Amino acid sequence: MRTLTDISLDSAKARREQKNANKGDGPLARETFGKANDDGSRHARAHESAIKHVTGRAAYIDDIPAPADALHIALGFSPVAHGRLTRLDLEKVKRAPGVVDVITVVDVPGHTDVGPVFPGDPLFVDDEISYVGQTLFAVAATSYKAARLAVKEAVIEIDEQPASLDAVAAAEANDVVRPTHVQQRGDWQQALTDAPHVLEGEQFVGGQEHFYLEGQACLVTPSEDEGVVVYTSNQHPSETQKLVAEVLDVPFHAVVVETRRMGGGFGGKETQASPWACIAALIARRTGRAARLRLPRAEDTRATGKRHPFHNRYRLGFDAQGVIQGGDITVIGDCGYSPDLSEAIVDRAMFHADNAYSLGDARVTGIRARTHTASNTAFRGFGGPQGMMIIEAAMDDIARRVGEDPLTVRKRNLYRPGRDVTHYGQSVDQHGLIAEIVERLEASSDYWKRREAIRAYNAKSPIIKKGLSLTPVKFGISFTAKHLNQAGALLHVYTDGSVMINHGGTEMGQGLHTKICQVAARELGLDLEQVRISATRTDKVPNTSPTAASSGADLNGMAARDAASQVRERLFDFAADHYELDREDMRLEEGELIAGHGESERRIAWGELVQAAYLGRISLSAKGFYATPLIHYDRATGKGRPFYYFAHGAAVSEVEVDTLSGEYRVTQVDILHDVGDSLNPAIDMGQVEGGFIQGMGWLTSEELKWNDQGRLLSDGPSTYKIPAFGDLPPVFNVELLQGHPNSQASIYRSKAVGEPPFMLAISVWSALRDALASLVDYRYCPRLDTPATPERMLMAIEALRRANQPEESASETSDESV
Amino acid sequence: MIDFYLNGQRQQCTDVSPDTSVLELLRIRLGKNGTKEGCASGDCGACTVSIGQPDGHDGLNYHSANACIMPAHQINGCHLVTVEGLARGDALHPAQAAMVDCHASQCGFCTPGIVMSLFTLHHAQQTHPAPLTQQRLEAALGGNLCRCTGYRPIRDAALSMQNHPDTHPVWADDPDLANNVQSLYRDATKSSAGSRSHESLGHFDSPRDIVALRELRRQRPASRLVAGATDLWLEVTQQLKPLDDLIDLHQVAELTAIDATPEGWWIGAAVTYSRLEPLLAKHFPAFAHLMHRFASSQIRNRATLGGNVANASPIGDCPPVLLALDAKLMLDGPEGEREIPIADFFLDYRQTALEEGEFIRAIFLPRPGDDQHLKVWKLSKRREDDISVVLGAFAWRMENGLMRDVHFAFGGMAAIPRRAPSAEAALEGQPPTENAFAVAKAALRNEFQPLSDVRGSSEYRLVAASNLLERLRLSLDVDVNTNAEVCLDAYAH
Repeated sequence: MRTLTDISLDSAKARREQKNANKGDGPLARETFGKANDDGSRHARAHESAIKHVTGRAAYIDDIPAPADALHIALGFSPVAHGRLTRLDLEKVKRAPGVVDVITVVDVPGHTDVGPVFPGDPLFVDDEISYVGQTLFAVAATSYKAARLAVKEAVIEIDEQPASLDAVAAAEANDVVRPTHVQQRGDWQQALTDAPHVLEGEQFVGGQEHFYLEGQACLVTPSEDEGVVVYTSNQHPSETQKLVAEVLDVPFHAVVVETRRMGGGFGGKETQASPWACIAALIARRTGRAARLRLPRAEDTRATGKRHPFHNRYRLGFDAQGVIQGGDITVIGDCGYSPDLSEAIVDRAMFHADNAYSLGDARVTGIRARTHTASNTAFRGFGGPQGMMIIEAAMDDIARRVGEDPLTVRKRNLYRPGRDVTHYGQSVDQHGLIAEIVERLEASSDYWKRREAIRAYNAKSPIIKKGLSLTPVKFGISFTAKHLNQAGALLHVYTDGSVMINHGGTEMGQGLHTKICQVAARELGLDLEQVRISATRTDKVPNTSPTAASSGADLNGMAARDAASQVRERLFDFAADHYELDREDMRLEEGELIAGHGESERRIAWGELVQAAYLGRISLSAKGFYATPLIHYDRATGKGRPFYYFAHGAAVSEVEVDTLSGEYRVTQVDILHDVGDSLNPAIDMGQVEGGFIQGMGWLTSEELKWNDQGRLLSDGPSTYKIPAFGDLPPVFNVELLQGHPNSQASIYRSKAVGEPPFMLAISVWSALRDALASLVDYRYCPRLDTPATPERMLMAIEALRRANQPEESASETSDESV
Repeated sequence: MIDFYLNGQRQQCTDVSPDTSVLELLRIRLGKNGTKEGCASGDCGACTVSIGQPDGHDGLNYHSANACIMPAHQINGCHLVTVEGLARGDALHPAQAAMVDCHASQCGFCTPGIVMSLFTLHHAQQTHPAPLTQQRLEAALGGNLCRCTGYRPIRDAALSMQNHPDTHPVWADDPDLANNVQSLYRDATKSSAGSRSHESLGHFDSPRDIVALRELRRQRPASRLVAGATDLWLEVTQQLKPLDDLIDLHQVAELTAIDATPEGWWIGAAVTYSRLEPLLAKHFPAFAHLMHRFASSQIRNRATLGGNVANASPIGDCPPVLLALDAKLMLDGPEGEREIPIADFFLDYRQTALEEGEFIRAIFLPRPGDDQHLKVWKLSKRREDDISVVLGAFAWRMENGLMRDVHFAFGGMAAIPRRAPSAEAALEGQPPTENAFAVAKAALRNEFQPLSDVRGSSEYRLVAASNLLERLRLSLDVDVNTNAEVCLDAYAH
């Protein structure tokens, strides 16, 4: 398959864009549907590892061969949530069969705190214990089993103290891991006073276990200097390099970190992969032997952080049409015991408390509550989904209040001219696009006809009730920590013409390496097979950002393009000189350099060109770099433009609910999602579908349950239920929006796709609420916390039935009109 | 010694300790890293392999299994196929080619297991073609979790793999393979009354008949019995308990037979669910329907009815059904055989009527009369491959419009699976009216005080169990159920 046929048409434009990109630029002219003649399908290439995946040849950490004398590490974890470690007697552990080394905090030569942004994450407990599953000690033995058995020999005494497990209580007591942050636009109090109607509501939004299929794992080998080489399943190799070096007390250049691929990450290996690498590095240095560490599933689930559970509240004023005039939203993130990334995660929840709707004059407050659980962390959406949940709840509530269909009210509240500035001061430039997506999906999914059919069905069906909902997504793209919005790449052309590219991003299944290879191939006019990525390595591209915030292709794609275009320009200069060709309009296409047009056209094969350039002493290697322009955010004022652009989408979900059992099925889903000009439609489609199903799991069956002592009970796949094959909706229509390139100069005008589709699943939850509302003739929309398990559904149904029995419902007590 | 074929090649492994899993044998002993460990508890399917055994004719039958909780010694005499054994050089097997074409792998970690489930399905389609209904696809793939794709491309791969050229694995060209496996299987099943492990590593014995089994039990009263290992093996992988003295039931002739009698069927305790399914489908469709929601194919191919009963979990899926059907158990032990009603078997939380040295030999299912009705409803967080929060099994006869022989049994409502005598009494001899059921529901709420646990709260269990009675009433109410659905299609039977 050829990828390069259109490059010539594109390359002049692309160069212009590249120049503009450095300054940043405004919207492109194309803004409407139907003009596009290019569906991008020529870019639909298979994942670079697809054949290796299906043949079992793709190596994950535990598949990497290690020397025969490699050690296996098992960890001793705290059995209690809060207390002081009064005795840790490891004598019997040391004497257990096969044990070679046992370490605790006193054996750490360097830093003992491995907090990624702020301190607070001890590598090993010293004194204070903060959650069940916190690491107390590590054992290295000659086999995995021997190490695990030895751990059981430890004598642990803890002065147990009451555990704080209630985030709302912690917030009220101002027990927080980071200071509270407020964003505010206009006079929200006046807006509430002036609004014809005011509603308030609250919700609990549950957390989520990443359940990457490959658990946390690393293999560390000692180097001949004072350092180590770390192979790790990891979204942030540079941070692991830093932390390992600090823990070992060696310079960063003594540590090399390599990640070829992860068996799933989803945010769970952004900060949570580092401690294990640090521990294995300590063992490797102490023993001089290679050291493997992988967490068994239950230990992984207990020891590592999850998506933050949130408690959200809103109080919003709106007019008779249901259009929000202003109000107050509070989001409380349950951060667990330490800051980790919670500052930015709760910020992102705040940035998305509007989703696609103008809040008017509003205040949004974000509280970072501390509890004695594992430190909650990044997970696809990074707080954004939890923030969106409150405004989507409000949309449903407001619609019932003004007696309109929720879709009508959602459409009225979308950002539009005159209402296009967010509560943090960024203007939404593509508001026309959101409306267009919603309207197109409304038509293609036959929303109104189905709405009528569902109303008719529900009126006749006593037990089974159907629900329907369309929800939009507007998701901000960029790290909100500005400095992370940079990337590097290193591109080599070898003398046989083959190309090696390395970049700062990691491959976790999202197809990043495939996309980067496509970028390099496109810039150099080569077939995809001629470009390869070896692995992500800190000694190839330094000081990288995590592969997170959906930014992998945006940032690294631009850096790769920069590197490739440098080599290309050098080759053009060389060819112009060496072959005496016209430098203007020179191009690389289909494995050839082409100069001139028509009769004066000259073609030189890529391999020949590269050979000649090498002999001509031209550097065939380049380092690329990219920093996202335009973005800024001032935390002191809560104002700025934190996002380079927004990605959009919308979904319609239909459900049917058994009101006797609380069981339900998602029967149809229609999605239209905006990826700009797709870098790879096949991969983007996979992100949209997979993100949706993962989001559906978060809101439906995936339930984290702790007991009163703070021990996680749902610590494995037998109790923690991610969607299975049968949960795939029988009708699942997914379409990528065509003909709408990114308004900003992103890589080939594509848009980030990793996280945004996750939030399309809010439509499932809203459809479940719609089905519940049918039980009270759509007069109000009952509260439905998540995950909306059959239990939660049944309990909500029973409450509605009870409320319905007396004449008028008491359930509208929360609905207060001003 | 474990003597078997791996991807067509004979393998003989000596000195394998009894508690070794097939996955450990592959990854640690044989260096075959294609098969992955995702959970080590049989829940995710990343370790799925396909196991070929003589099909009783001249060929081999392949079934999927979770290598992480399958005892390595049980692979003796079989043909083990792993993800490394499918492609023919660069030519992918249709299961693999379809996965690539459909963009059905992302991170790729679950992919080897999915490929093996697809291979097993493909092989079944080659030997016994049948329409790929949603139910068959769910059966084939319900035990393979994928966290990345959302399954749509995997479904497309399952549906399209038959369109790919049928590239056989190299081993499929070997005309002698089936014969060789058959004779190895025969030898393995003949010879092994003795221990297959090195003494110092412990015991793993596979007796062939009940006499040998009784003798082993007598010699080693402390030994543990293993059949499908689908629950027992979690003691090794999750709790690191030593299992060094095992007696394998899965080849004991008397325990693997199904004997039909005029009164019903004696089902050997070591009969797997997969073997039981056709019988249930014919005579107990509601029970058969439960099988589709009972764990996964990988588990049903190995797990046994006897295991589910002996395990005596309050949330086991089959005991309530057996209680509702008035099943009997044949126990066998030092004092000889005895029959007991299943209702007398469960004494207290995980305590059974088994005496020292006794084991379950068979389970008797009485032949249902024409007028007997059975409904089995399982409630769980996820429809597939989940454990019950509440399971209700309801059996009764209709006689002149009155309910007779009412047997209601529940799992998840008490420390043991048990019947609901007061609710039954409220309906015995009554027409299925709203009033009669109201009395039954009130009685039901009084006779159970369920626990709150990770799967559900006490209140939910009580409400849900009572609502299942309401569902039962509605399903009997002609006016209601001819005009409206009383249960979602996906859960109905």
